[in-house]
Amino acid sequence: MELLWILVKILIVFGVVMLHVAYATYFERKVIGHMQVRMGPMRVGPHGLLQPIADGIKLFFKEDVIPTPADKQVFYAAPLICLISAVSSLAVIPFFEGFAIANINIGLLYIFALSSLASYGVVLSGWSSNSKYAFLGGLRSSAQVISYEIAMGLSLVGVMMMAGSLNLTDIVHAQMSSSFKIYLIPQFLGFFVFVVAMLAETNRTPFDLPEAETELVAGYFTEYSGMRFALFFLAEYIGMIIMSCIGVICFLGGWSGPFHVPGLPFFWFVIKVYLFIFFYYWVRATLPRYRYDQLMALGWKVLIPLALFNIVLTGTIKSISG
Amino acid sequence: MSANKPDLKLIKNDTPGGENEAYTVAMGPQHPATHGVLKLDLELDGETVIKCRPTVGFLHRGVEKLAENMSYAQVLPLTDRLDYIASMANNVAYSIAVETLLGIETPLRAKYIRTMVMEMARLTGHLLWLATHALDIGAMTVFLYCFRERENLLDMFEELCGARLTTTYTCIGGVRQDVTGHFLETLYAFTEEFPSRVKEYETLIDQNRIWLKRTKGIGVITAEQAVSLGLTGPSLRGSGVDYDVRKHMPYDAYPFVEFEVPIGSEGDVYDRYRCRMEEFLQSNSIIRQCIEQLPAGPVRAEDAPDLVMEYNPAKKVAADATFSSGIIKLMEDRDRYMQGDVYVAAEVPKGELGFYFVSDGHGRPYRMHIRSPSYIHIGALPYLCEGYMVADVIANIGSLDVVLGECDR
Repeated sequence: MELLWILVKILIVFGVVMLHVAYATYFERKVIGHMQVRMGPMRVGPHGLLQPIADGIKLFFKEDVIPTPADKQVFYAAPLICLISAVSSLAVIPFFEGFAIANINIGLLYIFALSSLASYGVVLSGWSSNSKYAFLGGLRSSAQVISYEIAMGLSLVGVMMMAGSLNLTDIVHAQMSSSFKIYLIPQFLGFFVFVVAMLAETNRTPFDLPEAETELVAGYFTEYSGMRFALFFLAEYIGMIIMSCIGVICFLGGWSGPFHVPGLPFFWFVIKVYLFIFFYYWVRATLPRYRYDQLMALGWKVLIPLALFNIVLTGTIKSISG
Repeated sequence: MSANKPDLKLIKNDTPGGENEAYTVAMGPQHPATHGVLKLDLELDGETVIKCRPTVGFLHRGVEKLAENMSYAQVLPLTDRLDYIASMANNVAYSIAVETLLGIETPLRAKYIRTMVMEMARLTGHLLWLATHALDIGAMTVFLYCFRERENLLDMFEELCGARLTTTYTCIGGVRQDVTGHFLETLYAFTEEFPSRVKEYETLIDQNRIWLKRTKGIGVITAEQAVSLGLTGPSLRGSGVDYDVRKHMPYDAYPFVEFEVPIGSEGDVYDRYRCRMEEFLQSNSIIRQCIEQLPAGPVRAEDAPDLVMEYNPAKKVAADATFSSGIIKLMEDRDRYMQGDVYVAAEVPKGELGFYFVSDGHGRPYRMHIRSPSYIHIGALPYLCEGYMVADVIANIGSLDVVLGECDR
C-alpha cells in the first residue's frame, strides 16, 4: 500500500512537471516575445496554446541522425544522463506540507550530487559527438558547472546553518518559525550568490556559453537531432524548475504564504516558482552574454568570496545571538 | 595594447601530431555569426585564437565582369546586390561615379533626394549592424527593436520606388521618380521619433556592464594600423582618424547640410559601436535638413542617358579632308562618351565605396572595379582577432560591419 502510494506520487509529480516543462517553453516564447514587441507563437491553437504539443510531436518524429565519427554508446547515453539526473532531483522537493516523494535527511546534498552528475551528460555529449564545436561547448560547460557548483553550494551553507538541517521540509519549517518568516532577508547575500549561480548552473543567459548560439552554433548538442535533442531540452527546463524550487524552499519560505488558500496547499509554492521562472526569461530578454574567461573570473573572484563572507557573517551572528 | 591580450610568444604552436598541436576550427561558411558566407580558419589554443585566416569568395557573382557587357545604365541594378542591406547607398555611389565620367550635372532637387535616401540607407544599414552585433554578443532584444525601425524605413523605400531591398531608385543624372508629399511627411514623422528609439537601444546595452566587458579593450586597432590596413567608415573613425568622404570630398547635397563626423579614440569594439550610434543621430539630422531645404525643380538631368547606351558609338559621315578622292568615310563618334578613367567614391554605411571606370568611349565600361569596404575590412580581421578569444572573433566581425555580398561582389 505504501509502495503504491509512492508510485502514485511519482506519477503525479512527473506528469505535472512534464506539463510545466512543455508550457514553460510556450511561456518563454510568449514572455520574451512580448518583451520584444512581437507576439510569440500564434498559429497552433488559440494564441498558439497547442504549440508545445506540436513541437513535441515534431521532435518525436524527426530523424535521429548520429554522426559517423561519433562514439555511439556514449552518444546515446549522454542525454539520458542529463535527463535522469534532472528528473531524479524532483524526488526530494516538498511541494507542500507533508508532500515529498522521499523526505530524506540530506535532501539538499542529494540535489547537489545529481546536478553535478548532469554535467557529466554535457561533457560526454560534447566529447562523444566528435565535433569541434560540440567539444568546445562541452569544455566550457564542464569548467562552468564545476566552478559555479562551488559558489552555489557555499551560498546555501548560510541557510543550512540557520535551519540546522539539510532536510528540505525542515528548512521550510525552520523559516516559518524564524523571526522574518523567510530567509531572504537575513540571507540576502546568499540569495544574491544563489541567483547568479543558479543562472550559470542551468546554462541560461547571461551564462549560456556552452550553447552560445553565435559562437559555437549550438554548443555541446550541435550534433544531436530529434528526440535526443529534445531530451537535452527537457533536462534544461527541468533543471530550471528544480533550481527555482530550491530557491523557493531555501530563501522564500517554501509553501508558506501571507494567507492560507483553502484547497490549494501548493498555491504559494507554485506562484513563487513561477516568479523565478519569469525572472529567468526576463534576464534572457535583457542581458548580453559573458565571455568564457570573464565568467570564470566572476565565479571565482566575486561569487565564491561573497559566499564565504556570508558564511562567516552568518556564523558570527549566530554565535553572538546564541 | 590591451591588458586582455596574452603574450603570443608563450603559446607553442607545434607541428601536427605534436603534443601542442593547435586545435583548428573552420568557422563558416555556414555559421550563424559570420554574417553570410565568410569562412574563418581559426587555430586555437584553448579558447585563445592563435591564427585567423579569412577566406572570401563564396558569394562571388562576377559583378565587375558582368558590367563590361552592359551599358552604364544597365549596371545600376547590379549595384543593389553589392551591399544588399543598404542598396540605396550603392545606387547613389554608382550614379555619382558614372555622372562624373560622363560629365552630367544632376539637378539640385535630385541631389537633395539622393542625399536623403542615402542617409536612409545608412540608417537601415546601421540598424541591421546594431541588430546583428548585439545578437552576436547575446543581447537578443536589441535585434528585434532595430528591426522594428528598419521595417518602417523599408516600407518608405517601398512607397518611394516599389522595392524594399533591391531599390534601383537612382538613375544616371538624377532619380527615377519624384518623391511624393506623403512620403516626405512619413519620413519627417519618422525622424522626429527616431532619436528616442536610439535612446531605447542605448538603455539596453550602452551602459550594460556585460556589454562594456565584451566590447571595451577588445579588437584594438591603432590609428596608424587602421590607415595602413585601408579601413574606412566608422571602423576607421573608431580609431580616431577623421576621414569621411561626405566631409572631405563632398558630393550631392552634402555641402549644403550641416553634420558632424563622430570620432572615437581607443579603436576598440566599443568605440566603433559608439561611432555608429552617433551616426544614427547625424544621419537623422541630415534627413531632416534635406526635407526642410528640398528645392523644387526637375529630378532628372536633360542629358541623362537612356537605358540603351550604344556599344558601338554612332557612326557619322565624315568627308575626307580634301574631298578630292571623292571617298566618304564613316567615322566613329567617340566624342559621345568620355574616354579615360575615373575613380569616384562615396560614403556608404560600411565605409568608402569607390567605383573605378576605364572608359574607351563606348556606352559600356571597358573595365569596372569596385572598391568595396567590406573586402578590405575582412583583411583586418586577423590583426583584430589574433591573441583574443573565440567570443571576441564574433564581436570583431560585428564591429567591422562586413557584408559578404559587397566583399565578394
